[in-house]
Amino acid sequence: MSARIRRWKSDTVSVLTFLSALIVVCPLLLIFGFLLLKGASALNLDFFTHLPKPVGEAGGGVANAIVGSLIMIGLAVCVGLPVGIAGGVYLAESRDRRLPWVVRFIADVLNGVPSIVVGIFAYTVVVLPMRRFSALAGGLALGFILIPIVLRTTEEMVRLVPNALREAGLGLGIKRWKVTMRIVLPAARAGILTGVMVAVARIAGETAPLLFTALGNRFWHQGLDQPIAALPLQIYAYAIAPYEDWHRQAWAGALVLITLVFLASLAARVATRGRTIAR
Amino acid sequence: MGDGLYVKGLRAWFGDTLVLKGVDLTVAPNAVTAIIGPSGCGKSTFIRCLNRMHETVQGARVAGQVLLNSENLYASGVDPVQVRRRIGMVFQKPNPFPTMSIFDNVAAGLRLAGIRKKSQLQEEVERALRHAALWDEVKDDLDKSGVSLSGGQQQRLCIARALAVDPQILLMDEPCSALDPIATARIEELIHDLKKELTIAIVTHNMQQAARVSEWTGFFLLGELVEFGVAKEIFTTPRDRRTEDYITGRFG
Repeated sequence: MSARIRRWKSDTVSVLTFLSALIVVCPLLLIFGFLLLKGASALNLDFFTHLPKPVGEAGGGVANAIVGSLIMIGLAVCVGLPVGIAGGVYLAESRDRRLPWVVRFIADVLNGVPSIVVGIFAYTVVVLPMRRFSALAGGLALGFILIPIVLRTTEEMVRLVPNALREAGLGLGIKRWKVTMRIVLPAARAGILTGVMVAVARIAGETAPLLFTALGNRFWHQGLDQPIAALPLQIYAYAIAPYEDWHRQAWAGALVLITLVFLASLAARVATRGRTIAR
Repeated sequence: MGDGLYVKGLRAWFGDTLVLKGVDLTVAPNAVTAIIGPSGCGKSTFIRCLNRMHETVQGARVAGQVLLNSENLYASGVDPVQVRRRIGMVFQKPNPFPTMSIFDNVAAGLRLAGIRKKSQLQEEVERALRHAALWDEVKDDLDKSGVSLSGGQQQRLCIARALAVDPQILLMDEPCSALDPIATARIEELIHDLKKELTIAIVTHNMQQAARVSEWTGFFLLGELVEFGVAKEIFTTPRDRRTEDYITGRFG
């Protein structure tokens, strides 16, 4: 009797956990399906290669927005990656206790700051002094969002590297910083890369911080000190416009964005496969 | 040729806890000195003091002297990194660098010491692998990952890695505790061959192993060196009652 009750409990929990897992996957599948349904009809070669058409003319594309997004993500990575990774290594390897604690706390707070506030910050320190909206300001805003995420993932991943490896290096008469650079960091590489991809995926879709910084642009990129188009901005502009054709393009833009993020994550997974710390 | 180590009044702490309470001991050149004792007696701490690894742990501290060629390794101005070049170490669990190939594992110490010439690296790597009795098993797979080897091979890879930088002394901290009897026998054979060229100090909790491989044996208990002498005598006619109790299996 008790065995049956135990089996029944076990089965119930199994089903519940499976259902929870299903619920996790559902939103992504639903979103993807919905985007396909709504946006696929607006997808064609022009969409990827042409500038937006003036209001009233059908067709046109968002090529400038795709390029703009890539440029600003690139800028953000240039700013956020070195700072985030080096800082994360410091947090994990430092023997001091107080300063890392403070940095960790601040990074966590920064992580929770709404992205629109980061946008206002970049507006104040970059846009106002330069007296114009720019790709630079947008890239910096995205970089500020990137830093705490990369910092914390790097720290976690470096901490996962077994101490035996550090001791092996030190025992060979290798200097501590070289042990960190040549032995610890490579061992944590896969984890850090995955974390970076997650962070990049997050900033790729950020809209709010770009409203005050990149502004948007209906033309090709005209220099880092000029306003620039971005995919999320374009989606936002098209989605709130009153034109049916623009709505379709907004759906298609969202589809492109999510596909890019998906492909980037997949590429990171494939590139780092089988190179994990734990055997 | 190996060199001897002369340890005088060595004390070591973890934070406020004194774990080595003044140890005097000589590690004779070109011989194997074994350190035995129950868990927590300070034998690992002791051996990690000999190449200044103990102090890499947060809050760890050392006092006393360790002399190598009459040079005190704990004198001010001595670089611990240089000490570890001269006194290599093999750890309890095989710990090859997981992102490196077999070749790169052995070459790691040389490369990071600034040796770049490919022919010289190849020569040194082969020499070290032959020394560690691993060359014949891996010579066709030098590009494979170090962690693809079996446990015993991994440990010999770690020995080769330590030998590559040409140390005068090799410290081994329970090098066989994660290995099966056959792999253990191979490592013991290797220890026997290596002592012709360098000095070896080995920590082990396996008394048979200590009796098999060592010329000199020290028995540690609660952070003190209870007895030290010729291995044969320690295992047949111990002078101290506590040593006798331990080697006859009455405790520990």
